[in-house]
Formats: sequence, structure tokens, C-alpha cells
Amino acid sequence: MSTAAMNMNAQLEHLQSKHVGTGHADTNKFEWAVNQHRDTYASVIGHNTLIAYSAVAENESIGRKKFEMIEKMLQPCGLPVPRDD
Amino acid sequence: MADDLDAQIRAAQAARKKEKTADKASLVGDVSYDQDLYGGRGVERFEGYTTSIPVNDEDEEDDMFAKKAKKLSSYTAPKQVFEEMASMEDDVDPMENFRPSRRIADRESEYHARRLNRQLSPERIDAFSGQPANSEARSYAEVMREAELDREQAQLQRKIQEKKKEEEENMKELASSGELQIRAQAQAAAMVEKAKAAAAAAAASADGPKKRRWDQNGEGKTSEWEEDEKSTGGKSRWDETPKEEVPARKRNRWDETPVDASASAWDATPKKQSGAATPGGKRSRWDETPVGITNQFAATPVGNMGLMTPTPGQIPVPMTPEAVNAMRWEKEIDYRNRYLTDEELDAMFPTEGYKILEPPATYVPIRTPARKLMATPTPMAGQAGGFMMQEEDRNQMYDVPPEIPGVGGLQFFKPEDMQHFGKLLDQKDEAELSVDELKERKIMRLLLKIKNGTPPMRKTALRQITDKAREFGAGPLFNQILPLLMSPTLEDQERHLLVKVIDRVLYKLDDLVRPYVHKILVVIEPLLIDEDYYARVEGREIISNLSKAAGLATMIATMRPDIDHVDEYVRNTTARAFSVVASALGIPSLLPFLKAVCRSKKSWQARHTGIKIVQQIAILLGCAVLPHLKSLVEAIAHGLEDEQQKVRTITALAIAALAEAAAPYGIESFDIVLRPLWAGIKKHRGKGLAAFLKAIGYIIPLMDAEYANYYTKEVMIILIREFQSPDEEMKKIVLKVVKQCSATDGVEPQYIKTEILPEFFKHFWVRRMALDRRNYKQLVETTVELAQKVGVAEIASKIVEDLKDESEPYRKMVMETIDKVVSQLGTADIDHRLEVTLIDGVLYAFQEQTVEDVVMLNGFGTVVNSLGLRVKPYLQQICSTILWRLNNKSAKVRQQAADLISRIAVVMKTCGEEKLMGQLGVVLYEYLGEEYPEVLGSILRALKSIVNVIGMSNMTPPIKDLLPRLTPILKNRHEKVQENCIDLVGRIADRGAEFVSAREWMRICFELLDMLKAHKKGIRRATVNTFGYIAKAIGPQDVLATLLNNLKVQERQNRVCTTVAIAIVAETCSPFTVLPALMNEYRVPELNVQNGVLKSLSFLFEYIGEMGKDYIYAVTPLLEDALMDRDLVHRQTACTTVKHMSLGVFGLGCEDALLHLLNHVWPNIFETSPHVINAVMEAIDGLRVALGPSVIMQYVLQGLFHPARRVREIYWKIYNNLYIGSQDGLVAFYPRIENDQRNIYERYELDLVI
Repeated sequence: MSTAAMNMNAQLEHLQSKHVGTGHADTNKFEWAVNQHRDTYASVIGHNTLIAYSAVAENESIGRKKFEMIEKMLQPCGLPVPRDD
Repeated sequence: MADDLDAQIRAAQAARKKEKTADKASLVGDVSYDQDLYGGRGVERFEGYTTSIPVNDEDEEDDMFAKKAKKLSSYTAPKQVFEEMASMEDDVDPMENFRPSRRIADRESEYHARRLNRQLSPERIDAFSGQPANSEARSYAEVMREAELDREQAQLQRKIQEKKKEEEENMKELASSGELQIRAQAQAAAMVEKAKAAAAAAAASADGPKKRRWDQNGEGKTSEWEEDEKSTGGKSRWDETPKEEVPARKRNRWDETPVDASASAWDATPKKQSGAATPGGKRSRWDETPVGITNQFAATPVGNMGLMTPTPGQIPVPMTPEAVNAMRWEKEIDYRNRYLTDEELDAMFPTEGYKILEPPATYVPIRTPARKLMATPTPMAGQAGGFMMQEEDRNQMYDVPPEIPGVGGLQFFKPEDMQHFGKLLDQKDEAELSVDELKERKIMRLLLKIKNGTPPMRKTALRQITDKAREFGAGPLFNQILPLLMSPTLEDQERHLLVKVIDRVLYKLDDLVRPYVHKILVVIEPLLIDEDYYARVEGREIISNLSKAAGLATMIATMRPDIDHVDEYVRNTTARAFSVVASALGIPSLLPFLKAVCRSKKSWQARHTGIKIVQQIAILLGCAVLPHLKSLVEAIAHGLEDEQQKVRTITALAIAALAEAAAPYGIESFDIVLRPLWAGIKKHRGKGLAAFLKAIGYIIPLMDAEYANYYTKEVMIILIREFQSPDEEMKKIVLKVVKQCSATDGVEPQYIKTEILPEFFKHFWVRRMALDRRNYKQLVETTVELAQKVGVAEIASKIVEDLKDESEPYRKMVMETIDKVVSQLGTADIDHRLEVTLIDGVLYAFQEQTVEDVVMLNGFGTVVNSLGLRVKPYLQQICSTILWRLNNKSAKVRQQAADLISRIAVVMKTCGEEKLMGQLGVVLYEYLGEEYPEVLGSILRALKSIVNVIGMSNMTPPIKDLLPRLTPILKNRHEKVQENCIDLVGRIADRGAEFVSAREWMRICFELLDMLKAHKKGIRRATVNTFGYIAKAIGPQDVLATLLNNLKVQERQNRVCTTVAIAIVAETCSPFTVLPALMNEYRVPELNVQNGVLKSLSFLFEYIGEMGKDYIYAVTPLLEDALMDRDLVHRQTACTTVKHMSLGVFGLGCEDALLHLLNHVWPNIFETSPHVINAVMEAIDGLRVALGPSVIMQYVLQGLFHPARRVREIYWKIYNNLYIGSQDGLVAFYPRIENDQRNIYERYELDLVI
């Protein structure tokens, strides 16, 4: 039974690990936050209303805002935190 | 009628009400659990009820938990042990002798058996490792030289043979011209001498020639031994000489020294030899003495004493498996036929009345040595040395799996295994052994466990051998695995396991395998042409892994010498192996090599094999050859004009394979071969022509319409000429090419009509073609293809007369063709005259069948259905045929007639022949007493089709008479009967329930419960649906009562089907009619019932979808209870229910109840049982959809960074599911994270406010 459990877990984990942005028990705050930031940018860029809103708020063109956000995706939270182990 | 029904129902309900007592758990009166079985109403009633489900059903999910919960009543051996014991007892299979042998050697063809002629050559030097090689390993140059010698030798043999033949012919001439017989003989002797001398010279010049293969040694004899071989009918007993390094029929090579049995098989230096053995160096095989062998079956049966002094060390090992078998057999016979002793005779005969006579004075016991030898058994291998009394050997020591030290109990231990594993039995002290020997034994033990052990043993051993592969080293591993694979008594299972070992080990060893690549290939290549599909796949996988491990350079260097090997078998398998290498490492990397080989000037065999590799690549890779098509075609194109016939043929076949793989693309790549191909078909005849035609047949469909038209006309001349070829193979290819050509766009119908059809029908539509299965199929296919172009009438008018042909197989072929043509193209262009002939022919062919065949039935059905209304004038005739045949003595005929009714029922309705159908219905009804289940099934199906088309009210016999006749038939256990009967009953319940009384329906309900046990899913589904119809017809109460009662049964399948039925009843009769009773049933304190109720709820909510919003508050308390139950299955099923429920009510404002349920689901996330955790995850996923991701996110945030890893793990898993499901939706709900001195974590974009 334990093997069956292992298999099923392993399968699910494998499936999940195929997606970018998923985490695991050893994910730290920095990694999680980076994903959050990237998702946030992607979401804002993807929704016309959101990008227009932020463009109006900052008095920038929509295109520039998009560009800035895509640029920021590179290192949204700054340099990575060295891992403990 | 309806009033009557209502009255009945009311009466039944009233009766129930009266019966009902307050203390029953169930709402439905007649359903209550047995008080005797389940105990009274007091506290003790919980003690007795079943807490577990039968343990033997292994895949029963409920059991997993039940087992866990069960308390140990006593300590006993684990379950597996019992099962093992039980399985060992019925090990004796009385059918053993009648089963096809599992041994691979027993079923393979002579060609396949040629694998045993190959030898495991010594290691090769790994030129790429840069390390000094083992001194015995051979270099590429050496191998090539050897291959060269082989070839030369083969050539020489052939020459000798030819010469010999020539001489013989001369001799015959001489004899016939009246020469004296003696002179002829003298001449012959001289010839033989001459041939011998020539061979000897050849041997000398070839630096010790290899022994010739059996398939080449003709009459040319070179020595006494060869003569000897001839006299034993080709199968030399020297071949049988058991030698350890070459198991059974293997031949020894001149450069291999024989090894003593107890030495390692692969150790090329002999450790212990008889005096005759020459030390080291290359020896001719002629002066080889069989060593270390106790061979009873050798030419002179002198026992092992005669050969050499028995050394104590060589006890058990050396005998070929055949020999062991034969010996075992002989021993038994000997024992049974042994002389009776005086004591035995005394015991047998009465003491009085008999007198013991003195032997006559002249009696002399026979003392001829030969007979003496037969009488006293020579001491044989496997027994301790020296003479032994026969009686003491009575228990055959091999039959019982011995306890092998360090291995443990095996499943079996064949005597043949002694040969390989005997060493494990010699009881040596481990401390005295060297490291290498210890390693060898360790590997041996692991292999034995893998090969003969129980599955768990096998698993651990396999893991160990994989883990330690690099530690053991490639040499010791393969030196043991490969000989095992060459064993002639190998069975499928063993081969599979050993191949698996190689596969695992390959991964670990990586480049260490290089020196052994050839050895592995020798063993694995035969798998590529095995008849078993899985063996072929396995072989491909190994070779693919091998080439990845060893690298392209090694693979080429290793297989290059085999490309022009003398033996066709070796070349064939090598070509296939190369194609696997190409698929593993990519075609481009192999291309330069292929080009070179295909242009080889040295030998045509090399070119042939090179081109064959390309063919195999095309077959193996399919459309993946497209990117390299041009280079592949270019590499082989010149082969079409090769001087060797065989090379030309294979080239054409390779081009055909490439074109087939590339279809419908890539015509431009074939430009360069078009001209030679067309030139070729004009030049060649016979087999070569067939191959060329095949290539053209595959290329034409790739062309544009106009080119296709042009080339078709070109090739058609040849094709029409070849129509009359008597060669079967040619016929098939011609048919295929005609099919391919006529399928292309450019070919005009007019052209086919005038040019092809007359000749085609003249030569192919003859009786003889129907006799061969493959011809038959191909002809039908081609004719159908032609019909696509020229229309039905053209084809049908030509063959329809043949429906009355006197040969039945031919009629069948005609019928099948008409069937296919008509079903594809319809009968619109068939005129009246043809229609009459057609129906007439079809009827004739149908009636005149001697073997009832589905082809005739299908053809009849197709034609009638296609003609539709036009068939009306003939229906009377058809029906009388059917009626007559329904009354036939033969069951098959009756069955076919009934089947025909179900096929033409729709057409009869179209033609307005209701009356006729009524008649048929009555007749069928009368035949419901049929005893053959197959026929009965068909009759039921025919009835069903009639009911379907004429409707319930018009049916004769009336439904109220028909259904009661069907009820007992439901009991029939035959699948076909069950399926058709339940279909018919379900149909009636659906459409005509009012014709039958409620009581009759209830009776049917009870019958139906049994059908839930059916193996066929279709039957179970039909049954479950029928419950729904019946419930709709007579109201759910009674049906539900029956079903709820059925939840108590033991069988899981039965219960599951019941829950589905309950859910369907609820769906068809609205949930509110069912839910109260169902929920009340949950109060029954029985695991199965409660789980059944939960499962029904789960299905119910799945089926009713958003209708569930009205019931969600009603069932919440029940689910609450279930989610808090101690029993895992309760929680699991409740979770599934929650999932279906939440998905159904998404967006319908039931969030409060769902949130409440989420609070009950959530604590279950730490369950470890796979089914439960799966159900929990799915429930959470469903709730995510219904409640929105933010809610779940708030729950998940609690544990993402929990100090305990176990907690974090599961929380991250839920998070990942959540994230994948609603990535975008989560953006707004991530918690704020404050910046620290290093990093910015705030998401300022979300803080913008205008």
C-alpha cells in the first residue's frame, strides 16, 4: 500500500513540477515571492483594464508600462537570497 | 389499465404502512436487516456487525482500510505465506502436456534457431577508452581479418561443392555411357581425396579455418570427423558435446581454447585441461579434445573414466540441458526395467507350489562389453565420483528445488540450471575463495534469484545487481548473463527477466560496456526477429540503450564486421540492429557510414546489408525519415543498377519502404530513382520485377495527378502482362500496385474501364483466388478500390452472376466484395435488371451456404438495407426464406435467420410491411423456448429490432404476453442472452411500461439484481438503466426498497452497481422522492450500507448537477457525520460527494454550506492512504471552483511555512493544485510580504489608487 501511495504522490508531484511557479516543502520566502511578483505582472499585463488603470495612475503609456513590467520580471525581488543548505 | 396499476400500488403501500413498526431503522417497511444476523436493538448489536470486507479481493479499495482496522485475534504467518503455500499446492497442472511449450527453442523456426550458431566472441578492445586493453580482447583489425577469413572459407567451400557436383554429373554421364561401376567408384574416391586435399590446403592457408557451418557443408569432406558427422545425419554429435563456454549446439571457434568445466566459462585461458590440450596460443579445432566433460553420449560410451581422471573439483556442472533431460529419462526407464532381485521374486511368488531351478550347466552370462555398459550405468556427472548402486539414486535429486546456500527457497530449479549455477552447490568455504570468485558467486546468486526466485526475491535481487553493477564490473556480469541467454532451454519469462537485468545494468555501466557490445548484440539481435511482439520491442529497447551507452563509434566498429558476414542470418539481424541504432542516435549521425556501406566495393553482401539497414530504418521510424529522405534515397539509389540481383531487389524494397513511410510527402526525393525504376521494370523478370513494381506502387500515390496518370499508364502495360503470372507473390504485388495506382487522382475511370477491367476480371476473378486467404483479401481490396473509380454497377454487373457459382469460397468472395462495394457506394446506379439478378444471387448464395458465415449475412443485410424501398417486391420471398430457416434443424441456420431479421427490420418498416413483421414477431415469440443460448440471444435481438420499429402498441404478440415470457429468460446466465434480454426488457420498460402490471415489474426488479453481477459492462449498464425506467413506471418506492436492501450483500461489484442504480432512480424520479429513504438508510449501523448510501449520494450529485442546490442543505448534516467518521471509506466517499456537489452548485449561492463542509474536509489532508488523500484533494479542488481560490488560499497559508516538513509537504501540494487551477485568480490574494534590507517583496503595482 505504501508503494501505491508513493506512486500516486510521485505522479501528482511530477505533474505539478511540470508547471513553473509551483513550490515544494523547501521553497523559501524569496522564491515564493519571486513567483508572486511575476504572476502579478503577467496578470496586470494580461488584463487590459488593469494595465490601463496602472498606466493612468502613473501617467505613462500603456506600452511603456507593459515594457517596464516585463523588464521587472527578470529580478522582481532583487538578488536571490543564498540558501541555507 | 392505468387505474388498475395505481390501485395495485396503493394497495401495496397500504399494506406496507400497516406492517411498519416504530422501531425499525429503515423507512421502507419491507427492508430491515435481519435481527438474527445483526443482533437485537441493544448495545450489543454493534458488536456483531461486519467491520471488514472479505480479504481475498485484493483490488477492493475498501478492504485496504478494513484490513488495517481489524484487530489481531492471534499471531500467524503473513498472508503472502499462506497464499504462496496455497499456490504451491495446485502447482500440478494436468494439462501440462497439452500446453504449447514455453521454451523458446521449441517453437522457433529453423531460421530463428540459427541464432544458436553464433558465438559469443571474446571481448573487443575499447579503442575510445584510452586504457590498455585486456590481452585477450580483440581489436577491430583482428575481427575484420577474421570475418575476411570466414568469407574466403565460405567461398572455398562453395567452390569445392560446385566442383564436386560437376564431378558427380560427369560420373553419371560415365555410368550411363556404359562404363564400369568400379571405375566410377574409383573416380569418386579420387574426387573425394582431391576435395579433401583442397580443403586441407585451404585450411592451412587460412591459418586454421573455422569449422564450416552446417548450412554450407555439402559433400566436401575434409576429415574423418566430418565423415562421422555426415553419417549421423547432419547433426553431429560433436555439436552436442557439452562445453561450458558454449552451451549446447554452439560451435567452438579455432581461436578459443576449451576450458575445464569448473573454470569460469569466460576465462579464455584454460585452467585445467587434459593432457592433450596445447598450452595457450591458437589451436586448430581439429586437435581439440573435449575436456572436463563426462559425456555419456559421446561416440564411444566409455564413461568419464575413459577420458580423463576425474578431478574432484569438477563434480556437478558440465552437461548440456538436453543431455540432462535424456539422462533423467533414461535413469527412470532403467530403474523401472531393472532386474528383479531374488528377494523381490520371493516376495512376489507364493512360497508353495514353486520350485527354484538350477541354471543349466551350459549357461554363460553375457560378457560382451557393450551390453555390460548398458547394464551397469556409467558414473555420471552430478553424482559423486566413482561407481554407485542404481537404487541409491532413486530420488532424482534435481526435481526438488534444493536449498541453495545464500539464496533461499526458489520457485523452481531446473536441472539445466545446474550447468550455470552448480557452483553454488559445491559447499566450498567462502573464506578460502579469492575476491574474484566471491564476486562471481555473488552475481550468480543474484541472477539465480532473479531468474528462479519469487517476485519479492526477484525485485530485491534486481535492485542489488543494478546498484552494484559498477562494482561488479561489466566483465563478470555479462560473462554470466549472456551464456544464460544463449541456453537452448530458455523460457520466455526467463528471457524477459534476463533482458531486464541487462537493461538495468546498461544504465549503470555506461561506457564500461564497450568491450562487451558485440557479445550483447549476439544475444539480443535474435530478439529483433522474434515472432513475439513484446520480445521485439524489448530487443529494440536494449539495443537503443546499448547504443546510447556505448556511443556511435563503438557501435559501428563492433557491427561493421558483421555487415558482410557470410551467414545471411547474421546480416539480417545486424541490419535490424543498425536501424535501431539509427533511431536511437539519429539518422544524420549514421548517414555517412550508411553511404559508405551502400557503396562498398568489396562485397555485395555489404551493399545488400547497407541497403537493408535503410529499409529497416524506414519501417522502424515511419514518417520520421522525412527530414532525411533525400539523403537516404541518394545513399541507396545506385543499388537499383547493381550487378547483383539480390542488391537490386533489396534496393527496390527499401525504396518501397521509404515511400510508404513518407506518404503522402516527399515525391521530390524520389526523382533520382524514377528513371532506373522504370527502366528496371522493362528489364527484369520474376522476383526482381516484383520488387520494382512494389516500389513503383508505393511511389505513384505520392505524385501529382498528371504525373501519376502518366506513370500509371506506363506501368500498367507491365502490370497487365503480369496479370497472368502464376507466381503467388507476384500476384499479390500486382494486385496491390493496381490498387495503389487506381486510387490516385490522375487515373481516369474510362481508362480503368477499357484497359484494366477486362484483363483484371479475366485473370483474377477465378475460383482459385478464393482459396488462398491473402490472395482473397487483396483481391477484394483491389476490386473495391477499382469500384471507387468506376462505380458499383460496372463491378457488380461483372461478378453478380458468380453469386451462383458452384464453389462456395468463391461465392463468399463475391459476396464480400459486393458487401463492401455496396456499403461504400450505395446502390443508386444499379438498374432494375441488375437489381433482380443481385437479389436473386444474394438469396441463392444465402440459401446455399453449407458453412454459415457472417460474410453472407453481412452481404445480405447490406444489400437489402442499401436498396431500401426497392426491396419491397422481394420481401415476401425473403421472409419465407427466413421462416423456413428459422425452423431448420441446425442451430447455426436458425441463429443466422434470426440475425437477418434484426438486420432488415428497419427496411421492412420502410417498405410498410408491418403485417409481415407481425408474423415474424409471433414466430419468434414461439421460438423463445430455444435451447441454444447463441440462437436464443439472436432471437431476442430480432424481437427487439421488431419492437423498435413497429412500436409497443402495434407489437404482436402484445407486450403483456411478451414480457412475462422474458422474465424467466433473465435468469439465463449466457452473456449474449442476458444482454439482448435486458435490452429488450429495458426498451419495454422505457416505452411500454403501462402494458404490464406493477407486480410483474417488481418481479423483474428482483431478477435484475442478479444481473448486476454480470461480467460484461454493457449488461450492468443496461440493468442499471432499466431500474430507472421501472422506477419511473411504477414509482420509486418499491424499486428503491429492493435496491436499498441489496446494499447489504457482500459482493462489492453488486453493491457499487446498486448505488449507481439508486442514483439513476433518484435522477429519473427527482431526488426528493428518493433522498428521505436513502438518508434514513444511513442510520442502519452497517458499514456496507452506510458506504453504499454515501456512494449513491456521490453518484446522485454527479448526475443531477445544478439541481443539487435544492438538496445541499438537506444532506449536509449527513455528510458532516460521514466526514467525521472513524472509518476511512466513509470520509473518502463523503469527500467524493462533496466534490460532485460543489462542482454542481458552483455560482448558485450555496457557499455557506460548502464552507461548512470544507471545514470538515480540511482535517483529512494528512491522510496517508492514497485513495483517501486523492478524494480529499479532489474535494478541495471542487471547493476551490465553488468557493473561489481565495478561500482555499487562506487555509493553505496556515501551513506553507510550518516548521514540520510533513505538514509543509502536503500544504505545498495543495498550494500547487490551487496555483495550477487558478494562477491568475490568486494574484489579488497573496499576503503582503514586507521588504527587508536585501530584497523588495512588496508588490507596489497593487497599491496604485487613482
